[in-house]
Amino acid sequence: MSARTVAKLRKGETGVIKSFSDRAMSLKLLEMGCVPGCEVRLDAIAPFGDPVCINVGGCYSLSLRLNEASVIELE
Amino acid sequence: MKQGNIKVALVGNPNAGKSTLFNALTGLRQKTGNFPGVTVEKKSGTFRIEGLESPITLVDLPGTYSVYPKSRDETVVMDILANPKHPDFPDVVIVVIDASNLQRNLLLFTEISDLGIPTVIALNMLDVAESMNLNVNAVQLAMQLHVPVARINARTGEGVVNLKEAVKQQLGATEKTELRYFYEPKGSEVELIEEVKEIYNLDNDYVALQYVCQHDNFSFLEQPARTKLDKLIDKYSFDENHFLASETVARYEKIKPIVSKAVKSAGPTQAPFWTRKLDSVLLHRVWGYVIFALVLLLVFQAIFAWATFFSDWLDVSAAQGIEWVKSAMPEGVLNDLITDGVLTGIAGIIVFVPQIAILFGLVSILEESGYMARVMVIMDKLMRRFGLNGRSVVPLISGVACAVPAIMTTRSISSRYERLLTILVTPLMSCSARLPIYTILIALVVPSTQVFGVFSVQGLVLFGLYFLGLVGALGSAWLLSIFIPRKEPSYFMLEMPSYKLPRWGHVGFSMYESVKSFVLEAGKVIMAISIIFWVLASYGPGDRMENAETQVVSRMNAASQEEIDAAVASARLENSYAGQFGHFIEPVIKPLGYDWKIGIALLASFAAREVFVGTMATIYSISGDSEDVPTVKQRLVQEKNPDTGGQMFTPAVCYSLLMFYVFAMMCMSTIAVVYRETHGWKWPLIQLAYLMVLAYASAFVTYQLLS
Repeated sequence: MSARTVAKLRKGETGVIKSFSDRAMSLKLLEMGCVPGCEVRLDAIAPFGDPVCINVGGCYSLSLRLNEASVIELE
Repeated sequence: MKQGNIKVALVGNPNAGKSTLFNALTGLRQKTGNFPGVTVEKKSGTFRIEGLESPITLVDLPGTYSVYPKSRDETVVMDILANPKHPDFPDVVIVVIDASNLQRNLLLFTEISDLGIPTVIALNMLDVAESMNLNVNAVQLAMQLHVPVARINARTGEGVVNLKEAVKQQLGATEKTELRYFYEPKGSEVELIEEVKEIYNLDNDYVALQYVCQHDNFSFLEQPARTKLDKLIDKYSFDENHFLASETVARYEKIKPIVSKAVKSAGPTQAPFWTRKLDSVLLHRVWGYVIFALVLLLVFQAIFAWATFFSDWLDVSAAQGIEWVKSAMPEGVLNDLITDGVLTGIAGIIVFVPQIAILFGLVSILEESGYMARVMVIMDKLMRRFGLNGRSVVPLISGVACAVPAIMTTRSISSRYERLLTILVTPLMSCSARLPIYTILIALVVPSTQVFGVFSVQGLVLFGLYFLGLVGALGSAWLLSIFIPRKEPSYFMLEMPSYKLPRWGHVGFSMYESVKSFVLEAGKVIMAISIIFWVLASYGPGDRMENAETQVVSRMNAASQEEIDAAVASARLENSYAGQFGHFIEPVIKPLGYDWKIGIALLASFAAREVFVGTMATIYSISGDSEDVPTVKQRLVQEKNPDTGGQMFTPAVCYSLLMFYVFAMMCMSTIAVVYRETHGWKWPLIQLAYLMVLAYASAFVTYQLLS
């Protein structure tokens, strides 16, 4: 079974960041506050299913494309 | 303490309140310009601190999440902070921190602090943090980070006095205290840093690391230095990507315990109530688009209905002013040059000011309120199909007013590739300068009847032309994305700000800025070309123009003075350099259905499209109010085609012209701004070429099909 990622979250579902599967993308995500151990919640899905909006650590809302969201692996 | 010429820089995450603090500190004592050597907008101003004699210069640096740039604008930050010789190198850096998102904001702070520049934290948005049930202890933060922290509210100006006091304190710190690095280099990094420090005579570890990671962005390093650093990277087999990720993780490890000590949560944290409610509507799969369509409708209504009121008034006043100058000055070449060349050029520029001001005012309100970020989200998937980004929406909408400021708004697109594509296709959006041409040509060939009792056919054709422009823009983006290889992956990753009421001062400032950039950028070119065209149209080879004039006068001795004047003007134009050029290009434009007279108008409209109508009026020797559309229209209807003897402006010719103007890049100012934004002639020339081919081909097909 493939890893659980943010892209697979359902609306309102939460998860805790474990690691990233893409190195170049991981730096941007880290700088945007997506740190391993941080809790994320899927808040909204744009029409046509992509991009999605996640809440990062209860702090703020971040919009990601599905391919970006799929880089974030969850525990 | 240092006296005189003290410089302070503002650094912070986007949306942390940096610009608001900048305004609160400097008030009206601010100006905008460019950072030396690069075309990144620089805002600077002055403020005073009690007890210091001279005013302090404050520079607002582009908002960034870290010192490692993700867009062209952000490279400026480190280009300044890593170079003490830079004219903008600060004595103190104020890092603006959003208290409601402390952990992420502190990442940038720890990086700036490690550079060894005296730093002060401006802790902003404490009210937002409180509404999210977060209590941030500034004293605790200051103790943990070993830096002065001032609690501020940038919107109300609260706490600014304390911030100034903290800056003063840092300026007064004479003894250089031992710098406590937040990031400690590991393994071979240590030796690499030592070697770089020695070669470039640096005393800071983190600056040395920036030399290693970012030397290609540093304008102060020559090519040999860059090559040398590349060799060092190889020598120590330094893996930049790996280093950046592990550095960032290490910093967060340091930050985490600090945040958990300084922040007390008073209950479950959640986004502000209104933001959640509004998002559920504005990102809705149906309502999201309905509301966006309504917003667009409002924007168009504002540009085309409300702005026209002001434009018409300006148009009439300008014409009257020019008439007055013409009569007040002694007749002669100088009079003609000033009135027909210079002043007509200026009038052609200011007529567009209301539309540009209103459009950018509205765009700024949408951005300030936080709505624009949602538009980018709901449009991203659609835009991506064409090789663009959700962020391309703003330039494309702005392009409806004028491509020049629209292309400048592409700076916020972090991917160079997507920014380039957006720049290349933005001129296809029908700008307001095309409207007069559309209006007159539609009036010529489209009946003013109505369908279904409500829609005028002319209005529908006009809408069709705008739609065609949009289709052209998206289609070209798609085609270009096939031909231009993408060197970097596409990113979206956009912070969704919470909804806020717009700050009206910012809106006004943004209107002023876009009008200024239009008047200065586009204005210069329009003005130069209208003077050049005036010369080309007023002078001809040898005495051809004079001979033509004498002939006309002797032929028309029975006609009224007004008719003779008009005929003379027309004959002179035909024999001028411009007229010669019209004849010269006639073979090329013949397949499109145009004759040499339209050729002159095409040439003239290269300065600015709206010149087309005025030039047509001159060529067809229309006396009296030459800009008056009904008059021009009547004259064009009468024009005979010399070859066939029939009407010159047949539907085929008019539709062919319409197609040409929908696609052609008939605008020198746009070429100039693309040159400036892409740093070279390559892209503006490619753009000019593909749009010309597109325009020529579609005009050709249209004419051949209809005639």
